Amino acid sequence: MDRNPKISIRDFNFFFDKKQVIFDLNLDISKNEIFAVFGPAGSGITTLLRALNRLVEMTSDAKAQGEILLDGKSIYSENMNVTDLRRKVGMVFDVPTPLPISIFENIVYGPRLSGIRNKSELNDIAEKALREAALWDDVKDRLNIAAMSLSGGQQQRLCIARVLALKPEVVLLDRPCSGLDPISTAKIEESLIQLKKQFTIIIAPHNIQQAARISDRAAFMLLGHLIEEGTNEDIFVKANKDSRTNDYITGRFG
Amino acid sequence: MRLKFDEQLDQLNNLLIEMGGMVEKAIADAIKALIEQDVELARTIIKADDDIDLKEQEIEDLCLKIILQQQPVAKDLRLVSSVLKMVTDIERIGDHATDISEITVFLANTQHPDDLEHIPQMAEATIKMVGKSIEAFVKKDLVLAKEVIAYDDVVDDLFDVVKYEIIEMIKKDSLSGDQAIDFIMIAKYFERIGDHATNIAEWVVFSLTGKGKHKDHQKK
Repeated sequence: MDRNPKISIRDFNFFFDKKQVIFDLNLDISKNEIFAVFGPAGSGITTLLRALNRLVEMTSDAKAQGEILLDGKSIYSENMNVTDLRRKVGMVFDVPTPLPISIFENIVYGPRLSGIRNKSELNDIAEKALREAALWDDVKDRLNIAAMSLSGGQQQRLCIARVLALKPEVVLLDRPCSGLDPISTAKIEESLIQLKKQFTIIIAPHNIQQAARISDRAAFMLLGHLIEEGTNEDIFVKANKDSRTNDYITGRFG
Repeated sequence: MRLKFDEQLDQLNNLLIEMGGMVEKAIADAIKALIEQDVELARTIIKADDDIDLKEQEIEDLCLKIILQQQPVAKDLRLVSSVLKMVTDIERIGDHATDISEITVFLANTQHPDDLEHIPQMAEATIKMVGKSIEAFVKKDLVLAKEVIAYDDVVDDLFDVVKYEIIEMIKKDSLSGDQAIDFIMIAKYFERIGDHATNIAEWVVFSLTGKGKHKDHQKK
């Protein structure tokens, strides 16, 4: 047990109107680990990720119950600054979402909004973020071309770089490689493994093999319930505690 | 779900049953050839070892194909990796049947000692162990696998008995030095067959429970 988890989810329930989508969830996520949450569609995984930075509130009738603590502080408390929370807990979505502006502008958009105007500082931020997302070598000579002209894999790495430019503490990734070819997927996975040294990474993988490849720990969710969590080896090599986990990951149900 | 995968796993089971049957027959024939001094049968066993090697290759190829195509995890991963290890043990058993048969050929036209009935007993015990270890795998029978592991003591005890008997015969001068070495080798080969059958059973336990085969040794 980690005594000082980065994120601690306590008796967490989530509702859309009257429909409950997450049930009594308790989960600790440690600093500097890649934590994979997987399960069939409709298991509440995307909702969980979006609850971790309160993006889910943008959906009407969404209601959270219970607690999510970031470094021991409740993110649902009244004095939590939501903008600040979303900077600390950044998110990358399944479909790349570059803004229709240049590569450089995409990266510095957030830092600029937060008040950074110094050109050389912005340059440094952009280079660092692009290097961390393993995109720098691809684009360093053409930072001013339209982000939309990049390939899908490059666009997704750009989205990761854009999150990193805000110096987050936690990075949420919701099936970030679902439409990508194996090379782009490998590049993103490689950079995530590097990035966990600085951040805490929570990923909803697009398949079990990705969870097996990169996660330090993993959790299986089914219909809004946490069925099993454990180390990578516990879940993907050793005998599963719950037969539903085994049936799901070996592709025999779902 | 995963019909093709399940089909491949069935195929893997069938191939293992076939290979297990081949080595069981090799051991049974090896003891028969030895006792009856049947040089022809001994030569057939030596030749048939190539087929066992080919079967091992076939099973390994299927395992690699399954890993490539199905990317197994958890129970399936343990199963496929266990089979990859098990076939090595099964193949070694075949080699030992050949080793015994080579001595049989070498010992042709010599007078065998009369009172070595414990060697056939070793053969019988190891045939049983091999058969049951494969059966434990196919039927996913943990209890049976553990029985095989425990049964290895019987074979080890028989080896000690044979060793003692041979020493006694040397003392009484009823066995030549050459023969004594040949028969102790034969007994040792059967003892090794028992060890390989035990390994197979241990891989069955790992496949079923995820408990590491070598973990106990590492702790010591």
